[in-house]
This record gives sequence, C-alpha cells and structure tokens, in this order.
Amino acid sequence: MAAQIFSAIFVIIIGVGGCVAYFWGANKLLDLVFPSRGVSGTAAVDNLRRQGLVRPWLFVGPAMIILTIYLIYPVIETLRLSFLDRGGANFVGLANYEWAFGDHDFRNSILNNILWLAVVPAACTFLGLIIAVLTDKIWWGTIAKSLIFLPLAISFVGASVIWKFIYEYRGEGQVQIGLLNAIIQYFGGQPQVWISLPFWNNFFLMVILIWIQTGFAMVILSSALRGIPEETLEAAVIDGANPFQIFWKIMVPQIWGTIAVVWTTITILVLKVFDIVLTMTNGQWNSQVLANLMFDWMFRGGGDFGRGATIAIIIMIAVIPIMVWNIRQANKETGGH
Amino acid sequence: MAASTGKSFVSRFGVHIAVLVFVVIWTIPTLGILVSSLRDKDQIIASGWWNSFASSSQTEAGRLPAAAAQTQKDGKYVIEGNVFGDGAKRAISAFGVKAAAPTQYKAGTAADLGDGVTLQVNADGNFVLASPKAFEGDRGQRVYYASSAPPKFTTANYDAVLFSEGIGRSFMNSLTVTIPATIIPILIAAFAAYALAWMRFPGRALLIAVIIGLLVVPLQMSLIPLLKLYNGVGTFFGVPSKTYLGIWLAHTGFGLPFAIYLLRSYIAGLPREIMESARIDGASDFEIFVKIVLPLSFPVLASFAIFQFLWVWNDLLVAMVFLGTAPDQIVLTAKLNALLGSRGGNWEILTTSAFITIIVPLIVFFSLQRYFVRGLLAGSVKGG
Repeated sequence: MAAQIFSAIFVIIIGVGGCVAYFWGANKLLDLVFPSRGVSGTAAVDNLRRQGLVRPWLFVGPAMIILTIYLIYPVIETLRLSFLDRGGANFVGLANYEWAFGDHDFRNSILNNILWLAVVPAACTFLGLIIAVLTDKIWWGTIAKSLIFLPLAISFVGASVIWKFIYEYRGEGQVQIGLLNAIIQYFGGQPQVWISLPFWNNFFLMVILIWIQTGFAMVILSSALRGIPEETLEAAVIDGANPFQIFWKIMVPQIWGTIAVVWTTITILVLKVFDIVLTMTNGQWNSQVLANLMFDWMFRGGGDFGRGATIAIIIMIAVIPIMVWNIRQANKETGGH
Repeated sequence: MAASTGKSFVSRFGVHIAVLVFVVIWTIPTLGILVSSLRDKDQIIASGWWNSFASSSQTEAGRLPAAAAQTQKDGKYVIEGNVFGDGAKRAISAFGVKAAAPTQYKAGTAADLGDGVTLQVNADGNFVLASPKAFEGDRGQRVYYASSAPPKFTTANYDAVLFSEGIGRSFMNSLTVTIPATIIPILIAAFAAYALAWMRFPGRALLIAVIIGLLVVPLQMSLIPLLKLYNGVGTFFGVPSKTYLGIWLAHTGFGLPFAIYLLRSYIAGLPREIMESARIDGASDFEIFVKIVLPLSFPVLASFAIFQFLWVWNDLLVAMVFLGTAPDQIVLTAKLNALLGSRGGNWEILTTSAFITIIVPLIVFFSLQRYFVRGLLAGSVKGG
C-alpha cells in the first residue's frame, strides 16, 4: 500500500511536471526556431506571424490528442463494432439491431428508460422550482437549500445503500427496520418487498435519482429566479396579479431557457443511469435500463462487443438531439467571440 | 406560492412548514445510515433506527438449570438463579414458557405452570422455580422472555469495516485514483481553454463545437473500444491492462470536455484590456497565460477541481471497467457494490461502509460549496 501511495504521488509530480515541461519547453523551442528578438525588423515580424500560426496548436495539442483517443475514436469505433459480431471479427450488417428489437430485456429496457425520461427530469425540475421559490422567502432558506443540495455529493452507489435501507423488508408481523415498511405497518398496511414489485419498482429506483438531482435543479433555478428584474414582479403585484399568476405567468416564462437547460441536463443523466439499477436490482424484476444492459453484455460470457456497442449507439441516438441543440445554443451565444 | 406577497401569517407559516417537510424528507435517508452505523449490530436488526434512543426490546429464549440445581426450602423444591447468567444489564418486561406465548406473564408475577409448580421471573432476571415435588430429569425448564436493552452506541462497526472488511484499503485506492485524476486534466484543459478563448487560428470554432458536442456523449460510447484498446496495449507490451495509470488517463479524457468548456467560458470573460496591455509590454501568450490568466482563473479552476474530484470519487462505471476487483485496486464504490451482494443483510456493515464512502464528498462539498455552486451555474450542460 505504501508503494501505491508513493506511485500516486510520483504520478502527480510526473504528470504535472510533464505538463509544465511540455508547455514551457514547446514554447521555448518555438522562440528558438522562430526568434523574434535580436533579428532584423522584417524577419522578426515574419517570425512572430509564424509563431502565431504554431502556438495555438501547442496549447490545444495535448487536449486534442487525449480527446481523440478517449472520446472521438471510441465513438467511431463503437459505431463500427455495432455492425460486427461478438468478437468484432465478422461483419453482420444490422443483425445486432434486429436482435435488439426482438430481445425481451432490450424492449423492457427501452420502456423503462422512457418511463425514467418521462418522470425524473420533470419531477426534479418541478420540485427544484418549488423549493427554489419557497426557500427564497424565508430567513433560513440558505440552510434548507444546503441540506436539500447535499445528496448531489453522494455517489449513486452510496445513495442506493441509503435507499435500500429505507426499502428494507421484514416478514409481516416482524419489527420493520426499513423506514417505508415501518410507516406502512404503523398505519396498518401490508409491508412489501418494494424493489421486486414489477413496474412499480421502477418508481422506487427513480426516487433515488430524484432525491439526488432535485438539489441541482433547485440551485440553477434559484439563481435564475434571482435574475428576474425586481420591477417586473412589482409591476405584476401592482396590477393585482395573485401569487399563482405571478409564478406561472411571470416567473416561469422568464426563466424558460434555464428550465430547458436543467431538463436536458437531467435527461442526459437519466439516459446514462447505471449505478442505481446495478446496485438495487441489477435489472431483475423487469427494472432493466439500457446503460445497465449494455454493461451486462460487455462482460456476459466473455463479452459480446457487437451487442454492447449496439446498445451504446441507441443511447447515443437519444442524446443527439440534445447535442445538436446545445451546439446551436452555444454558437448563438458565442457568435462573435 | 401562497405567500409570495407575504401578507397573511398563515400563508407565511405554511411556507416554513412546507420547506421543513422538504428538508426532513431530504435529510432523513442520510441520517438513517449515519445513526445505524453507530448502533450496536444486534440492535440494528431489533428495532428501527428512529427508535435507537429508546430501549430496544427483543424476545429471547433460555433454559433454566436442570434438577441437579434444586434446593429444598420451606418444604418445597426450589431452583433459583438469573436467566441472564452473565448478569448482562437488560430489563425483562414479560416472560412465558411456551414458544407460542413468550410474553404470557408479566415480570415479577408468579406463573402457575400446573401441578403446583410456579415460576416467577423478576425484571432483573432473577427467577424462582418452585414445586411441591422434586424436579427430575437433566433438562431444565424452557423459558421465554422479552427483554429490553438500553440504547447502545459504538464505533465497533467502523473498526470492523475499516480493518477487516477491506473498506480501509479501498479508501486508499479511491484516493489513489481520485487525486491524480483530478489534477492532471486541469493544466491540459487550462492551456486549451486559453487558446480557444484568446488565440486566433483556423478551425477554432469547429473545435469549440466539437467540445460542446463531446460534453454530452454518453460514457457508454467509449467503454468497449477503450477496453479493447487497453487489452491490446496490455498484450502487446506484456503489461497488465487494468492499471492505475489507465484509469487516470481515462478519467482525464472523460473530464476534459467539461473542463475545457467551463474554463473557456470563464477565461473568455476576463477583461480584454489586461491581456492587451500585457501584450503591448511585450509579453508572449505563454507569459500572459502563466502570469495573468492562471492566477485570475483560480475560482474556476477550484470549481472544476471539486467537480472532477466528486465525479471520480463517486464513479462506479469507469472503475469497474478499467480497474480490477482485487484488494489492491478495488475502489470504495465498487467495494460497496460488492458488499451489497455478499453482505446483503448485514446492515451494520453496509450502513457503515456507505457512510465512509460518502463522508469525503460531504466534507469537500460543505467546505467548498461556494466554488461548487459557481461551477454548477457556469457549466450546467454536463450532467454528472
């Protein structure tokens, strides 16, 4: 273990030192090859121009190389693999896609993913907005927000353990140590094994993600609400608008753009949700989702890369509209710069 | 919303109550595992954690001493003693002699067992079994009793989990993964962000668009090709394919789009005059970057560092693909996932392990919340 800590420290030094050495050295080299000082005026101008052509690439170079290896190449390769067989040796055309749409687990995953997409972003945004509005009005709002925000720092696995403890089931008549069943039993209800109830178990898993992500929605929306000009709200009050009208007709339209950002961000997260399903049910009792199914196929029986890649591509296809929208928004915003 | 004009007392009161309800719902789950992790492991299964400050009661079974222990007293045959034997401090509320009715008699009363035999069990565990006839046989009377133990809090679970369940080792592994994977991307991203914000070169707009596109590419797209690549590299050079170096680089790659995006939008917002006056003074881009941009960008660098730290620390997927599951490599999240499988019912182990995995993010989060929120607001495109 000591060796491990030592090697980690060593890597930090090498990594950071290497980066510094590269950037500093590459710059120095550029100055040496195209000197701008100590040469004649026109040569200096020429060399400065050449430096200006090369230097940006020295700056973005390392990032581009890493991005290419870790993201750009894999995207292309995954697309290619989705047309190949399990070992990636033979071309099978659309066979993997045909398999997918005929497969029970896959269809179950798609349906569950749609369910997640319909519920989680909406619930997070709605709850986040309500809490943002309410906490804005009270003196201890900041503390309240901190506490609701807190789950965002917790890992999905940690959150799963936390909630598994809440859903814990003991036979009827026994002492329930899971909070949910204890409450149900207290009111005379029947304790349930919540995470193995087909269909409904999806919602019990979604609760975990909603619990984590509401804080995110709350913080972003709260800051957007603060950006609404005071005069707008005052004018509405003077005109006799009631609080509900102010909320729905003034506040919500004003922060519509932010709501869209929150919604899409959580949508992408939902498409990638993996840890919660893996740790809570591992896809049993009809709770499978695409990301977990993909992971399953990556390693099942030594791994079927063709099918795994196909499932990844389908997740990607769902993300593309948001990606295009983001790029267009960014282009609009940065336009001139 | 009823209180937005803030006029009536009732509606203002309603807002407080509503927020309180939200806060309670959002904190109770975490509180549950914290409290449970500090409880005695027998008490965890005997009562809900919300009762942990009350005495927990449980029904136990025991056997009284056999006939050999009897003495004669006032013309009766008597067996006396304490059901706990060891004198453990528990209080008995009721007892019985049949499994079907373990709490038939109240403590301190004499139960008639038929044939003139009586049994009295007191709250402190002392019992008197009396009979007009001599006891026979070498098996004593079966007795059931409901006892309650005072609340017991302990750090024994932490000892057990850290040192014999391997969580301590995994904690070190998580640190080993997280710290380099947080630091390495920062410099690489900062240089790229500066170039994309302040230098003119062909293809810059395209590069920015590509990076914004990559922000939302699901990790799943990268896993299989990188797994193949790592296996290939491992075989080719005859080295293990699952290494810390591999996961550091993987996290660097996956964190870069967000890092560049976040840093670029901040650096692009720095005042143009500062850059230009430095340039007029003859500073090169490199000097401007090191002497002006980096120091001014400290807040955004801190934001990114917190994000990346939390992301890497909390990650399970990348760790499961790029690291092994042996004790020298398994990180906390993966270990916790493994414990869920192997120790599914041992809540003292699960709650304690879970709390250890979340304590570091919580500390980072609370101490640096300002930077975290700032980063969140600046870069709310990436979804975790």
